[in-house]
Amino acid sequence: MTFSEYFELLFSDYTLRTITLGTAVLGAICGMLGSFAVLRKQSLLGDAISHAALPGIALAFLITGAKDTNILLLGALVSGLIGTFWIKGMTSKTHLKSDTALGLVLSLFFGFGMLLLTFIQKQPNANQAGLDKYLFGQAATLVEDDVRLMLIVTGISLCILLLFWKEFKILLFDADYTKTLGFNTKFIDVLITFFIVLAIVLGLQTVGVVLMSAMLLAPAAAARQWTNRLSMMILLAAIFGILSGVIGTAISASQNNLSTGPVIVLVATVFVVFSFIFSPGRGLLFREIRFRNNRKDLQLKKTLQFMYGIAKTHDNISHPHAIRILNNFQGFTKKSLQQMEDKEWITLQGQQWALTHKGFNEAMNLYNKTHD
Amino acid sequence: MKTPLAVQVDDLTVAYNYKPVLWDIDLAVPEGVLMAIVGPNGAGKSTLIKAILGIIKPIAGSISIYGKPYEEQRKLVAYVPQKGSVDWDFPTTALDVVMMGTYGSLGWIKRPGQKEKKAALEALEKVGMLSFKNRQISQLSGGQQQRVFLARALVQNAAIYFMDEPFQGVDATTEIAIINILKELRKAGKTLIVVHHDLQTVPEYFDWVTFLNVKKIATGPVKEIFNDDNLTKTYGINYKVAINK
Repeated sequence: MTFSEYFELLFSDYTLRTITLGTAVLGAICGMLGSFAVLRKQSLLGDAISHAALPGIALAFLITGAKDTNILLLGALVSGLIGTFWIKGMTSKTHLKSDTALGLVLSLFFGFGMLLLTFIQKQPNANQAGLDKYLFGQAATLVEDDVRLMLIVTGISLCILLLFWKEFKILLFDADYTKTLGFNTKFIDVLITFFIVLAIVLGLQTVGVVLMSAMLLAPAAAARQWTNRLSMMILLAAIFGILSGVIGTAISASQNNLSTGPVIVLVATVFVVFSFIFSPGRGLLFREIRFRNNRKDLQLKKTLQFMYGIAKTHDNISHPHAIRILNNFQGFTKKSLQQMEDKEWITLQGQQWALTHKGFNEAMNLYNKTHD
Repeated sequence: MKTPLAVQVDDLTVAYNYKPVLWDIDLAVPEGVLMAIVGPNGAGKSTLIKAILGIIKPIAGSISIYGKPYEEQRKLVAYVPQKGSVDWDFPTTALDVVMMGTYGSLGWIKRPGQKEKKAALEALEKVGMLSFKNRQISQLSGGQQQRVFLARALVQNAAIYFMDEPFQGVDATTEIAIINILKELRKAGKTLIVVHHDLQTVPEYFDWVTFLNVKKIATGPVKEIFNDDNLTKTYGINYKVAINK
């Protein structure tokens, strides 16, 4: 199947449409809530939560014996939340730093989850096959009900986000100060964390435990590069998430044997790499360009300063001088002199240069610029 | 008539784990003073402010603001945290940060409107930062960031201001600008409590001082108690040489 076939199929094929819609919605909610995780410097929390969800899935299956997605995800939600509060408790009640707590909870819960999974697979119950899809995700198993659930949760979190926008923003920026204003910071914190856990749990079926944190962080990290406004960052993160979902699904559907979850994550990573290089404000490329331009500019100004030193000894500052007298100064070329003429700092006539008034003033003010 | 007490702290004790950071602090701050809290590193200066403001939970002790518990009097109190306590790469503008000062009076959910924006702009003007209102906060210098924090507290229009090292890492121009604002606030009858590091400037800037080193060493008017004896007690070394008044 080629790309164009895929997009034709998208409108006729029910399954494909469901999967695409599902990954798009998942991308949106992950991008949105991932922005909070990134800005709170809790990027790794997502990784710990998704791993912590695994035993919940296994236990939910063991208890109910059924493979109903909603029940399994409920199990994931409960154990994800338990993991999260363990992490928070550990960091606030003991000397452990948060990375240690994250690592401990992540490996403990994941190990326990794997143990339960192998135990389940050894059981004669034929129903058990396919639980391991939660490890790496399997978008193909998305059905309309799953997508509907995602849509509802995304809608609710969007409402909560808009409702508590001001509270979220101030808590992210300055938690202590928020407390002094009389806000219940614990409540806001729990609210944010709860929705992050919810987004992660929703993504487990599609992207899986192992790669879920990338889904949460990549769109947000990419979005941060393009804007200095929180609202715009969250919007962009949601868009990047949607695009990652749709493009990832398209690629994986048009090629054989490409599992959807990892492809989505790879597409999201491409967004990150692209943003880190090409964003105008913070990107590496433009920073390098600015750096080089500054250096070139500085070279010109050095030459100008030298000319100023000569010119100011004359009554007429625009008195022409031979280019040759610049020889004992290393910083000029034909090209740089030409650039200086273009800036109207100097005029060139044959083998002579003369400073203009503009150039004279520029040189005079070179070192006494008031900086803000 | 006796001046009312703006802040009263009784038997305040704070400990991180087992080590006491503040031990049995009694403190009475009269209204309308510009007070410095001085003491060596680790003396608990920031902790004292944070405990008064309820950011850190004390083991024991009570706080009252104008005779009533702090929780009931929050609106009378504004806080300027240490500049280094937040991430200045946060995606927001100077104006937006100052607007946060209005969130307390707005309460939950309600969004700031024109009135709040106007107040924020006025505060930015007072600290000389109006032309930077749309600047991304990471592109501000350290001194400018400190001014933004000050403006955010000014917007709260409080009666008592707690400031954690507002002169840290700012240049001389900004320091003078900030102290002038603080003195103006005191003239307007506000009470200011400032964690301060530079002992040389205490007599010039402040009219009240508290010496702190886990325990409270002394508190009172600078003219009466800012002397070698108290400095030595607080810092443990002889300050006769270091301070030339």
